[in-house]
Amino acid sequence: MTTTIDRERTAPTAAPAFLSDTWYLTGRKLHALVRQPYVLAFSVVQPAIWLFLFGALFHKVIDIPGFGYHGSYLAYLVPGIVAMNAMSGNMWAGMTMIEEIDRGTLNRFLVTPASRLAIMNATVVEQAVSTTVQTLIIVALGYAGGARYPGGAVGILVLIVASILIGVFWGALSNMTGMLLRSREAIIGVYTFFMLPLMFLSSAFIQPAFMPGWMQAIASRNPLNWEVQIGRDALSATPDWSAIAVRSGGLLALALIAVAISVTTFRSYAKNV
Amino acid sequence: MQSDTPARSHPALAQPLAVPARPRPAIEARGLVKTYSAPGKKPRIRALDGLDLTVEPGTIFALVGPNGAGKSTTVKILTTLAVADEGTATVEGIDVRTDPAQARRVIGVVGQRSGADPTATGRENLVLQGHLYGQRSSAAGLRADELLERFRLDDAAGRFVRTYSGGMQRRLDVALGLMHSPKVLFLDEPTTGLDPEARTAMWEEITRLAESDQMTVLLTTHYLDEADRLASRLAIVDRGRVVAEGEPVRLKQDLGVTSLDEVYLHHAGRKYSDATRVTEAAGR
Repeated sequence: MTTTIDRERTAPTAAPAFLSDTWYLTGRKLHALVRQPYVLAFSVVQPAIWLFLFGALFHKVIDIPGFGYHGSYLAYLVPGIVAMNAMSGNMWAGMTMIEEIDRGTLNRFLVTPASRLAIMNATVVEQAVSTTVQTLIIVALGYAGGARYPGGAVGILVLIVASILIGVFWGALSNMTGMLLRSREAIIGVYTFFMLPLMFLSSAFIQPAFMPGWMQAIASRNPLNWEVQIGRDALSATPDWSAIAVRSGGLLALALIAVAISVTTFRSYAKNV
Repeated sequence: MQSDTPARSHPALAQPLAVPARPRPAIEARGLVKTYSAPGKKPRIRALDGLDLTVEPGTIFALVGPNGAGKSTTVKILTTLAVADEGTATVEGIDVRTDPAQARRVIGVVGQRSGADPTATGRENLVLQGHLYGQRSSAAGLRADELLERFRLDDAAGRFVRTYSGGMQRRLDVALGLMHSPKVLFLDEPTTGLDPEARTAMWEEITRLAESDQMTVLLTTHYLDEADRLASRLAIVDRGRVVAEGEPVRLKQDLGVTSLDEVYLHHAGRKYSDATRVTEAAGR
């Protein structure tokens, strides 16, 4: 029963298959993305509304003594909205998974010699690409609205990497939920259960110093908050690189664990469709 | 049975060079058992209850029976999508449990549901399928064009699959299963949901696969007449076991009856129409 997938790949002709399979399967997903760019654009609409509504509604909070942020409130919001988008966008990954199971596409791939890991990889790479595009759109929208990023290109790059990590984390959890429960409702449930609490238990909208103690305690352990703080730090004039490194390490570890769990789930799914 | 074969040496390669007295079966299953746990039901559901099967190469073999009889579970086990709790199964002499990767290279599978990507064109679907079998782009392209022509899809090759009719989609599904020229083709309910015209066309195509391509075809169907028309041999599956097996003509002759419905009644102990109705009701 412990026959692993790796043993199945020992056929001589299959040696480079893992990489080429990832390439072709990712190509399929990106192709679909390019053909329906409006899907990507639409998904940014909601975060963009948050960005401008909150930016306008609370623009004065920046003047509260002790807020301690150099820049506009809109600029303050950008990393939070990026995090929100990365989370909400990838939360739906499990829906695609269910759709491909229902349609028989996944089974069609599973009866070919294609690398099982490549099938999951394609999903992760696609999530990374779409999250990058969406993050850039939000950064550009913020800029158009008057937000400035003293951290420059390097800061934006770090923000993108952090958004990919948080996106991959939620995407993997969503895929796992989809495979295990095969229910769209479950995914929506997970989404609504986590989305707003995690957003408000982070520094996305307000400095942690203004939060009650218990909220601060949760926020400091909230991965979504790590992403927000990484982004905000990196976009500032004087980034604290050691803090960025520690939090990025935390996000990377979480993303790897989530992917490992979802790959394990996938393998057990693939053994008994 | 073959478990003492060393893992490294491949059963298929270990075959002696001398021509065996009888050709090695294309598909062989012995004593397959598969149970599922169902919510709210304490004893596990026994989908397969000791199913045996032997399919000779180059023939069309049909698994017939009502929904829930165990046909699809059998196909899943034979195509490496599920592992049997008990029993052994080989395809072209390759054990599907111990060497699934090798088994996947010799089988083509057309599942019950389409599986084609609706947001890609028919040709793109085929070329990707070829890539997954390790074909280079040029070879995959040539093979895709060949199959598109053969399945009368050349005019629609560049169209998105979501614009295809049901019959066209089903033909594309079969083409996808043939991209790597498999030795054994599994067709799970190939004509379910097709209109009569598309069904007749599919029957002709399946017949051609065995006749001119020398392929072994195992198909499942819950239409008795379809199995009667198409298959050179068939197995009636009922409650996870094969209750009758043989050439359709012989099965009827042996009992002195004229239809497979009567054959089913004799072996399964109930009318086929009743069995179908029961499973449909249970499925709701």
